[in-house]
Amino acid sequence: MRLSKGKRKALTGYLYIMPWIIGFAVFTAYPFFYSLYLSFFDLDFTVFGISSTFAGLKHYLYAFRVDTNFPIQFWNTLLSVGLSTPLILIFSLVAAILLNNKLKARSFFRLLYFLPVVIISGPVISELVVNNAAQIVDPRRYFIYNFFAALPGTVSYPFLYMFNNLILILWFSGVQIIFFLAGLQKINGSIYEAAKIDGANSWIIFWKMTLPLVKPFLLVNAIYTIVDLASFANNPVNTSITQRMFDVDKPYSYSAALSWIYFVSIMVLIGVTFLLLRPKEGTR
Amino acid sequence: MKSIGVKFILYFILISIGYAYLYPLLYMFTTSFMTVEDLVNPTVSWLPTRITFENFKKSWTVLEASKTLLNSVYLSVIPSVLQALVTALIAYGLSRFNFPLKRLWLFLILATFLIPTQVTIVTKYMLFSRLRLVGTPLVSFLPAVTGQGIRSSIFILLYYNFFNMLPKTFDEAAELDGANSFQIFRRIMLPLSLPAIVTTFIFSLVWYWNETLLTGMLLGNEIKTLPLALRDFVVRFALMFPAADGSAANRINEGIRMSATLMTILPLLIIYLILQRQFVESLERTGITGE
Repeated sequence: MRLSKGKRKALTGYLYIMPWIIGFAVFTAYPFFYSLYLSFFDLDFTVFGISSTFAGLKHYLYAFRVDTNFPIQFWNTLLSVGLSTPLILIFSLVAAILLNNKLKARSFFRLLYFLPVVIISGPVISELVVNNAAQIVDPRRYFIYNFFAALPGTVSYPFLYMFNNLILILWFSGVQIIFFLAGLQKINGSIYEAAKIDGANSWIIFWKMTLPLVKPFLLVNAIYTIVDLASFANNPVNTSITQRMFDVDKPYSYSAALSWIYFVSIMVLIGVTFLLLRPKEGTR
Repeated sequence: MKSIGVKFILYFILISIGYAYLYPLLYMFTTSFMTVEDLVNPTVSWLPTRITFENFKKSWTVLEASKTLLNSVYLSVIPSVLQALVTALIAYGLSRFNFPLKRLWLFLILATFLIPTQVTIVTKYMLFSRLRLVGTPLVSFLPAVTGQGIRSSIFILLYYNFFNMLPKTFDEAAELDGANSFQIFRRIMLPLSLPAIVTTFIFSLVWYWNETLLTGMLLGNEIKTLPLALRDFVVRFALMFPAADGSAANRINEGIRMSATLMTILPLLIIYLILQRQFVESLERTGITGE
């Protein structure tokens, strides 16, 4: 049988992406959907094999009604991802704008700010935090910190969070700074000159020109940041998920339910981010 | 045309930020060389009065570094090589061929990036334990060879953008000369995409080295990498140096812990210093930042 050239090309194309399709099915899609399935079932390990019985929403309800650790770890993780993301975005945009100036030592600073990306890992961060290496100054010594600490919890929490996690916010910004910098360098310098001639100052230029032009990068960076933070090994929620895996009365399935609660929440966070930063219709 | 004042402020801010970045590393570096006396002495804050290598000796033993270092090396180099080659192959297929459902596959490749590691950790463990692979290096080789390695989506996209920028006339010329598609990939595309290969390899290397969440679970207690040994450092230290005799010498302190941390990241620091340009500039050159 002879195939037409187009069909032959299509088959060859499929041949090249076949490893990915197989890997996707076995190592991504199957574990992903199987954990959703598991979260609604109870597993029983018997000598004859594994038997599963339908448990409905039992595990989901247990997570929030009975479990005392999970809700705390879950909200702490979500809160820290939700608060760190905007802080990282703002900081990395500011750092990129500063680095976008014509400076002699520019590549040195860029190198320095990128360094943590290379060395960051769960155990290294915990060692640094435990041994006070991530605390440059004790913020409690400063008036501004104490001023915010005196305010009601919901108002002060974001500010105190920022002061307490300053180094971590900087250390998670490396890739984002490079992204923003690349975006800023794509902007043609002559439009700035045109704006200056028209009498715009740097403040107006930032809000009316730079920000709209880097907005696509803002979205990519925001999603990257959320995914990066959400998968980090030190998140409190990970302890729940990995330690409850071998619970005798509800092996695997309870952890699967916890991981799906977490997954859905992170997707909501990404969804909200997308709605906030999405490209406007017709402006592209 | 900027005035000196503005320049001064700019440098001041950049250096302050740089200090904040470097502080943990400097602290780690100086503390690792401190003796117990220096650590408890409040007047010694940065420079140790006497440099000691005792901390490093202790943490080398507790980390079992002669073994874990080797584990870390092969468990990050091999998957990174596999990942750099396989993602290139997949991206070549997507970039040079038209086939039905192509948009769906591209969408799925992007979508897998969004799934946090934790979601599949339970079922991946079950899968690998049913295959009797838990505790073997295959738990990281197999996903890498099928394009499901750490952040493979980014790398597929990176190659895809890179290949799309290469003119198709090269392929067409080679095709007329009788080369098949794999020969075109091997002899033309791969040599031309060296920047993309280097980027994929070094970033995979660093991310595989630093991964502890999933590999910590799947490798079990059979294979320990350097970061995993660091994770269990305090517990293992207590086992190896029981402080029952009450002497301060055998108690764990910041000096020892910081030297262990420094040893874990030292190989990465060396790689970064050697390949600094590749790390930062390759991200821009390969065109991942835009279509």
